[in-house]
Amino acid sequence: MSNNDTDLRGGTPEWDNAHALSGAYSVDALDDIERVRFEVHLRGCSECRLEVETFHETVAALSVDAVEPPASLRASVLAGIEEIRPLPPLTEQAPARTHRVSTRRPWITSAGPMLVAAALVVVALLTTVWLQPWSTEDQPPATTVTERVLDDPERAVVQQRFPDGATAKVVFSPAEGRAVILTEDMALAPEGKVYELWLQSPRGDMVPAGLMPDLSDAVFLLEGDASDARAVGITIEPDGGSAIPTSTPIALFELEA
Amino acid sequence: MEPVPEPAGAPLVGVPAGDGSAPAVLADLLQRSARGDRAAFAELYDATAARVHGLAVRVVRDPAQAEEVAQEAFLEIWRTASRFDPARGSAVSWLLTITHRKAVDRVRSAEASTRRDTTYHHQNQTVDHDVTADAAQASLEARRVRAALGGLTDVQREAIELAYFGGYTHTEVAALLDLPVGTAKTRIRDGLIRLRDTIGVGR
Repeated sequence: MSNNDTDLRGGTPEWDNAHALSGAYSVDALDDIERVRFEVHLRGCSECRLEVETFHETVAALSVDAVEPPASLRASVLAGIEEIRPLPPLTEQAPARTHRVSTRRPWITSAGPMLVAAALVVVALLTTVWLQPWSTEDQPPATTVTERVLDDPERAVVQQRFPDGATAKVVFSPAEGRAVILTEDMALAPEGKVYELWLQSPRGDMVPAGLMPDLSDAVFLLEGDASDARAVGITIEPDGGSAIPTSTPIALFELEA
Repeated sequence: MEPVPEPAGAPLVGVPAGDGSAPAVLADLLQRSARGDRAAFAELYDATAARVHGLAVRVVRDPAQAEEVAQEAFLEIWRTASRFDPARGSAVSWLLTITHRKAVDRVRSAEASTRRDTTYHHQNQTVDHDVTADAAQASLEARRVRAALGGLTDVQREAIELAYFGGYTHTEVAALLDLPVGTAKTRIRDGLIRLRDTIGVGR
């Protein structure tokens, strides 16, 4: 375990190390935390996504055992789906990209040499200034607080499973003093409502820690210092959130063992 | 670096071919299921149940639990069918990915209470093997897989089998194979790359 954590945070570019997990991820050979950690990486790494897809195809081809299940299984499956509403398709948009500046510079060609030289200086300056933000785009992003929390070898993990099969996991990093919540298959908050997160202070007060993004599978860094928090809570609040909880928590994650 | 979606293309692997289980048919059934079409889902079930159940049996071994895993997998497939994206892989691979995750969850949570060794040890499943009309195709497929596995180093093959069919984590695989901790994941990946290239997974 701790060795893997070291790998993920090691001195070499994070990308290389995370990339090495693509095979183990594809055959479900990562533990829970490594898996979530890798899934965070996957969101930003199209190369790994593609590799995982081809690995999934590969292992599917390995799995050629066909064992007819008893007929009763068919009946229970078809009865079971009567009670389950299929999830709506994901409609979230891909993250907005910064517009790239056109690289065409037609106005240079018709200008005299001095103008060209002057223009090139301007272009050079503009390029320096403008390209700066994008030049890092293809490089591994600097480690985020979220990643550092997930990578903390001393982290504490508290998991809750909801009756509908959804899971939520709170990861607390003593080193960072921050907590991250990870949800899987969470039903979205009802219309006009949000899930609000809270840090429970040692005195028992609930301190607002942010609103969950409206996603079934979310990774969210709680706002505020969680160092002294006794627990993390989730309540359902009116859109925009509340300053104090107006309903009882749907989940409470005790941070102290 | 936003990925350019790959064109769908017919995946080259997956299904013991039969009329109902051609990749495009399965993808279509899955997409209709996402819209709540129960008849389409029943058809999908009929075309894939043996394969889904077969994987569950292989990983969890205990027949009763394997059946539960297959059921969980199919309910999950129904619930999340809208998340299937044909541009990102074949329907069969998507179904088996869900099944495998359920099976692994099962063996890992079972381990907490009982040791897996105390349950039945079906080392060699002989149950109803390939009783479908696809038997010939399936055994052809099986031979191809055996050949592909034969092209791996022993360590690669064992690591992949322990991880995929055994449900062990890469850390456990490393311990089982006496490898330094960080290396099992590398062997698994190297092996998968070689397998992928041998089997010819087209993307």
